Amino acid sequence: MSLDDSDHELIVDHLGREPTPAEAALFENLWSEHCAYRSSRPLLSAFDSEGEQVVVGPGDDAAVVSLPAGEDGSEAYITMGVESHNHPSYVDPFDGAATGVGGIVRDTLSMGAYPIALADSLYFGDFDREHSRYLFEGVVEGISHYGNCIGVPTVTGSVAFHDDYEGNPLVNVACIGLIDDPDRMVTAEAQQPGNKLVLVGNATGRDGLGGASFASEDLSEDAETEDRPAVQVGDPYTEKLLIEASERLLDEDLIESARDLGAAGLGGASSEMVAKGGLGADIELDAVHQREPNMTALEILLSESQERMCYEVTPENVEEVKAVAERYDLGASVIGEVTEGNYRCTFEGETVVDVDAHFLGEGAPMNDLPTEPQPTAERDLPDADLDAALESVLSSPNTASKRWVYRQYDHEVQVRTSVRPGDDAAVLAVREADVGLAFSSGADPNWTDAAPYDGARAVALENATNLAAKGAVPHAAVDCLNGGNPEKPDVYGGFSDIVDGLAEMCRRLDVPVVGGNVSLYNDSPSGPIPPTPTLAVVGTKDSYDAPPLSLSGEGDILLVGEGPVAGGREARLGGSEYLSAFGGTDRFPAVPEDPSGFVETAAAVADRETTLATHDVSHGGLAVALAEMVSGDAGASVTVDGSTPALFDERPGRVVVETTAPEDVRAAFDGVAPVTQLGSADGSGTLSLSLDGETTTLEAEQIQAYRDVIAETLE
Amino acid sequence: MTVAVIQFGGSNCDRDTVQALTAMGVDAELVWHEDGLPAETSGVVLPGGFSYGDYLRAGAMAARSPIMDEVRELAEEETPVLGICNGAQIGCESALTPGAFTTNESARFQCEHVYLRVENADTPWTRAYEEGEVVEFPIAHGEGRFEIEDERLEELEEDDRILFRYCDGDGNVTADTNPNGSKHNVAGVTGEDDHVAVMMPHPERVSLPELGSTDGRGVLTGFAES
Repeated sequence: MSLDDSDHELIVDHLGREPTPAEAALFENLWSEHCAYRSSRPLLSAFDSEGEQVVVGPGDDAAVVSLPAGEDGSEAYITMGVESHNHPSYVDPFDGAATGVGGIVRDTLSMGAYPIALADSLYFGDFDREHSRYLFEGVVEGISHYGNCIGVPTVTGSVAFHDDYEGNPLVNVACIGLIDDPDRMVTAEAQQPGNKLVLVGNATGRDGLGGASFASEDLSEDAETEDRPAVQVGDPYTEKLLIEASERLLDEDLIESARDLGAAGLGGASSEMVAKGGLGADIELDAVHQREPNMTALEILLSESQERMCYEVTPENVEEVKAVAERYDLGASVIGEVTEGNYRCTFEGETVVDVDAHFLGEGAPMNDLPTEPQPTAERDLPDADLDAALESVLSSPNTASKRWVYRQYDHEVQVRTSVRPGDDAAVLAVREADVGLAFSSGADPNWTDAAPYDGARAVALENATNLAAKGAVPHAAVDCLNGGNPEKPDVYGGFSDIVDGLAEMCRRLDVPVVGGNVSLYNDSPSGPIPPTPTLAVVGTKDSYDAPPLSLSGEGDILLVGEGPVAGGREARLGGSEYLSAFGGTDRFPAVPEDPSGFVETAAAVADRETTLATHDVSHGGLAVALAEMVSGDAGASVTVDGSTPALFDERPGRVVVETTAPEDVRAAFDGVAPVTQLGSADGSGTLSLSLDGETTTLEAEQIQAYRDVIAETLE
Repeated sequence: MTVAVIQFGGSNCDRDTVQALTAMGVDAELVWHEDGLPAETSGVVLPGGFSYGDYLRAGAMAARSPIMDEVRELAEEETPVLGICNGAQIGCESALTPGAFTTNESARFQCEHVYLRVENADTPWTRAYEEGEVVEFPIAHGEGRFEIEDERLEELEEDDRILFRYCDGDGNVTADTNPNGSKHNVAGVTGEDDHVAVMMPHPERVSLPELGSTDGRGVLTGFAES
């Protein structure tokens, strides 16, 4: 890849001369799709990113959101960020995924926050293929290695398998940070000419050269060997030292602004910092501490060596910053200073870059690409009997237990995790603000493949329902929008639809989308990925505990929400696991009429003393939701008024509630959503399902055997 | 008097342990390994994490750091010393405790809750429990399989130096209840004297009532009495 002709012309026009090789490389990377969002930015205005809780919205390393003030008036902020590491994870699953974690954690540090939770949403090709499983195992191991080492718990996430990820898996990682005192917040905006720029962390080497431009083109047939040098290698031990150093620097109030070195390395981070402040910089590239000899200016400028941060420091604090770095065995070099002029870099006495930082950061022209409308599916339903359908859907790796995954992640370090993975959402104790913070992240490629717009709306509602099922009200979200090659109108049409669908539902739920990440060109010789809108949402509640997902065996079982079982609607199976198992097509189910009322009421009902268990209904439909709630100690007898498809409809915005006060639940949802009594829980350890006058039973042990497919296959 | 929770580069359960001890009313502080132990140290925790990134072998580098000489001296003076997880690996690497903790049988990192049976309730770390009592603790490790020569293990068993064994909810110790392949399901042992102990499960993660369980407080009580 190199600068294309029209960009080159624009740059020559602006500079009044040919760019130097270093400048050309900087423009190529910073004006790439990955850094400049040239194709997606015109779409992103669909998102509503404002709200009184939003302190820093999109555009910095991470967003900052205030938490509800504690009873004692204590104020705290959280940061939210999400990043994709898709192409690197295909080429080298372990290191690609690991460095994705490292990057989002440094984005958190650079806002002045301590990282308190990670979530990973992962997407691979068909689980039956060996190559998909190889990527899956490597990615999980990479996340486990890096996240566990740095002591940040991975508390939630999602894993999905779909044919169209075969040549291009997705690794989306979100991080929440905590700023327990608003005065500790810093941003990436350079503050004052004359301040020094200090690079802290790993020495710079020749790794990860051109990562940003690598992320901005389709994966080629030989990417696994050809693009290896574009993948960085992570060192979580150094990252942990960087976390400690960052805490110390904040404790001692030694930094004015900060940015982590990610895509486009030092050139990217330093130019963006000064551009944000409307300033410039003089940078001496020779001053950078280097890991290998004879590096060129361009290599120093664009290396994506990991675990490095750039700080703006007042001249009088420079020695103290160096001392903190030294205490934690980290390298530090003063590489230049903030100026009022251009962004200038010198190397061996020569000026190698001399451009306006704002033009470099913001000058890339936007693309206005054509889209094609997405087709709507006709109804063509397969014929499957209930027992076969239960077996197929319960043992699909998409709906199956993900315990094999989260067991490899330390999800309890930092002693905040009160609801652990395996439930609808994680809940974290944020004692600093007296807030229970619920966290959910995911998307369903079957949904957005079948219906990009409606499927994306369902993704937003499903994540919100996950929080509500644990008693939390959605507070803010970040999105990771993954698409194929935007130059193909049909692919770009689907991508444009997921953006609009996600934005629309978030607006209806009153959840500001405070930041995100866009990853395009997820396209390979085996075709484009399904458009995939990962949403990571946090919710708040005033307690740390939540009703479990598992039945207690003592209450009535209610289904809340519109659908084929309640509200008299016909089953719609578009995007369902049922259709992916048995073939066929159908329209995607509609979203409820009052999603916001549903979510708020569900959150309130979940926290009642009379609520014994709650679980959202999503992937795999009501059949999977009920089966997941059964354990060896508790079962249920349920009657569904409908035929087999009613059990597998994946209409979003529904919860199953086990309660000792069914009338109170009905009253709460009056005028908001229909409530249907399905049956009652008992101590049987068996799920008994009556449908169309016939009864089928499933023992807990049988359910577990179906749901264990991932562990059974990989162990 | 304060319990020093030693922070090596890569430690990551250090703050958790201070928080758990503080919540129990025990005075505890973080001590960066290069700063040395405070004069008034009344107890030492070697916390969990990945000291020195687990490069070389888990715990091997930290075991050879200068602050461990101070820890050994205090241990000889009967100051309570507890190694948790990576701290247990450091304890064994520095010969404060016998045996070694090595790669799990699964060869993977495992984070999950397990049951432990209290084997000896007459140590500072287990006095809050009954012998044979079953408690639920989390584990979170990739290298937690206890290994030792057979004869040495027999000696430890005869001398009542096993603190906990992995078991099921009813206290049965079997191969099925062994999460990592530890010899004889051993989850924690004491040193020559029982005021020094190491264990792979995390008591500090089950010591804060707002997270649900306080099963782990019994272990940390070993510092309250010092």
